[in-house]
Amino acid sequence: MSKVEIDNRLLKPGVYFMRGNDASVEGALIAGCRFFAGYPITPSNEIATLMSRRLPQVGGIYMQFEDEIGSIMAVLGASNGGVKSMTATSGPGFSLMQEAIGLAAMTETPAVIVEVQRGGPSTGLPTQVGQGDVMQVKWGSHGDYEIVAYLPNSPQEMFDMTIKAFNTAWRYRVPVVVLSDQMIGHMREKVVVPPYEEIEIVERRRPEESPEEFLPFSNKYLIPPMAVAGEGYRIHVTGLAHNEKGYPTTDYETVRKLVTRLVRKIRDNERDIAEYEEFMADDAKLIIVSFGITSRSAKKAVRDARSKGLKVGLFRPKTAWPFPYWRLQELTNNGADVLVVEINMGQMYRVVREHVRSSEVYNMPLTPGACPSPEDIYKKIEEVYPR
Amino acid sequence: MSSAESLTPITDDIKKLLRLERLPHIWCGGCGIGVAMKAYIEAVLRSGMDVDKHVLVSGIGCSSRMPGYVKLDGYHVTHGRGIPFAVGLKTARPDLEVTVFAGDGDLVTIGGNHFIHAIRRNDDINVIMINNFTYGMTGGQYGGTTPRGSRTLTSPYGHIERSFNIPYMAASLGASYVARWSPLHYRELTKTILEMFEVDGFAIVEVVSPCIMYTGMNAMEAVHMMKTFRERCVINHNADLSKIDIPSFKEDKPIVLGNFLRREVPSFQTLYREEIIKKARGR
Repeated sequence: MSKVEIDNRLLKPGVYFMRGNDASVEGALIAGCRFFAGYPITPSNEIATLMSRRLPQVGGIYMQFEDEIGSIMAVLGASNGGVKSMTATSGPGFSLMQEAIGLAAMTETPAVIVEVQRGGPSTGLPTQVGQGDVMQVKWGSHGDYEIVAYLPNSPQEMFDMTIKAFNTAWRYRVPVVVLSDQMIGHMREKVVVPPYEEIEIVERRRPEESPEEFLPFSNKYLIPPMAVAGEGYRIHVTGLAHNEKGYPTTDYETVRKLVTRLVRKIRDNERDIAEYEEFMADDAKLIIVSFGITSRSAKKAVRDARSKGLKVGLFRPKTAWPFPYWRLQELTNNGADVLVVEINMGQMYRVVREHVRSSEVYNMPLTPGACPSPEDIYKKIEEVYPR
Repeated sequence: MSSAESLTPITDDIKKLLRLERLPHIWCGGCGIGVAMKAYIEAVLRSGMDVDKHVLVSGIGCSSRMPGYVKLDGYHVTHGRGIPFAVGLKTARPDLEVTVFAGDGDLVTIGGNHFIHAIRRNDDINVIMINNFTYGMTGGQYGGTTPRGSRTLTSPYGHIERSFNIPYMAASLGASYVARWSPLHYRELTKTILEMFEVDGFAIVEVVSPCIMYTGMNAMEAVHMMKTFRERCVINHNADLSKIDIPSFKEDKPIVLGNFLRREVPSFQTLYREEIIKKARGR
């Protein structure tokens, strides 16, 4: 664990009243981000706007590209130069980035993408809320790979999880997404910046071998140490299936080992990476699964239900991927039913159904453009509550 | 270095910068890509810079396989996206000398948007574009540089689209350095790449190197290609770039080569560090 690189232009520890998107920027700078490349898109614009002002103040560089493809590629280029980098976007821009996300996964390039969801499909509802990218973030690029997605539900978590996203990206050498939404991104709330010494900062693991001996994609490790450009390792990095040396190959066994490792480095560590929050879930007969902005309405609905004697609880995944299924299984082993509340027609619902087999799983299909109120959710609770 | 002729051979040193264990390469016998690779390696060796600071980036295609054979840090990325990757790398790491080595289909067809904007910003990268006038790796489909009238895999009745004039396009967008050579002009090409390393801003050389398998479905032998260059190439550093397009290999029109342009224009990266960061930190 290393320390925050002190720059007197970083946001100082203290209590602030901040917009979610802005909190993400300040978190990124504290995490060590010194390069941002992006393309304007609502509702993530505030991140690029503040980055363009703040990055040069800490000696970093903001670049605006011709599209989201160029932006994410520049981020991957900077990362391979050893500089912590990120981009921010929303659904349509995130779709354009998918090929590059596959490249990042294949070349094990760390990168952070803040995705502030809006309503879809297509151009959809640029200024209105949606949570319809849960599956895109997992399956958006072709082939088998694993990445990580955080689910903030407050400006404080936009701050915290952006720092975490950098740490996870550089620890596991994967692209990491902060999957926010329009309401969380635009909401203003209290944000506490803790003392720097309490903030964990992860740097890449550096090669220990000499350039002659170093295998940049060695299967000796689950997560190989990372050499960056200009260090003398003379590495070859390719999106083609490659051997441990980094050279292209079509050898079945070599490719099997590579793809297995790319998937295993997250799956084998899913319990270290995944996070969740529980609220009155222990004795619940009905557990609501909800994340992002909807989890806030859901929490109020749980309180309302409890005040009327209904044993309802909340399970809030703080990572969509890996999904903390084991805890949800424990909570439902006693027969508790589940109600999934999300602003889409049933995306996380499918994941929950995959893991909860012993009891009923309900959902509340919602089209984008509005967040359900606590009353909306309470009505659904009354409808499905086991009696 | 006063002239191209002053270059003395350094073949043994070139081997040190090759990943010899990766040979044989995928290129067809007689293809011009290998000549351009050698010119690049020789330029790296003669640059006087720390060799480890030279980095190669490429996209997808025959030419883009080149970093796989050169013993430098090399990044073989997605199709058409070598330029933005290189720009990100160079911007984050100004100590590196970043060169994109890729083909015409990659750089100006699928990657055309990145190409024009990187030149407009005057990003401080070098681009060595092997123009083979087709998509060689996929079997010879037409692209943005295919001469009108060519018969290709996907224009069996003759190609009706116009093609890009690369030096004219790059110059009009404000590149710091624009040149064009052929594989016949190895020494001139080497000297040009050396100059490109010195330039602040976007430096591009188009290497006219028609695919000897597929160009116009009139595959020419390598010897014939070199003969064509010897007969038809005209060196004119002051050429009117609007008139140097290559409409066809069948027509007996001159192929104009030269170091067309060198401007002292600061790159985006220089301006950002000298103006933006200073202003931002001053506040």
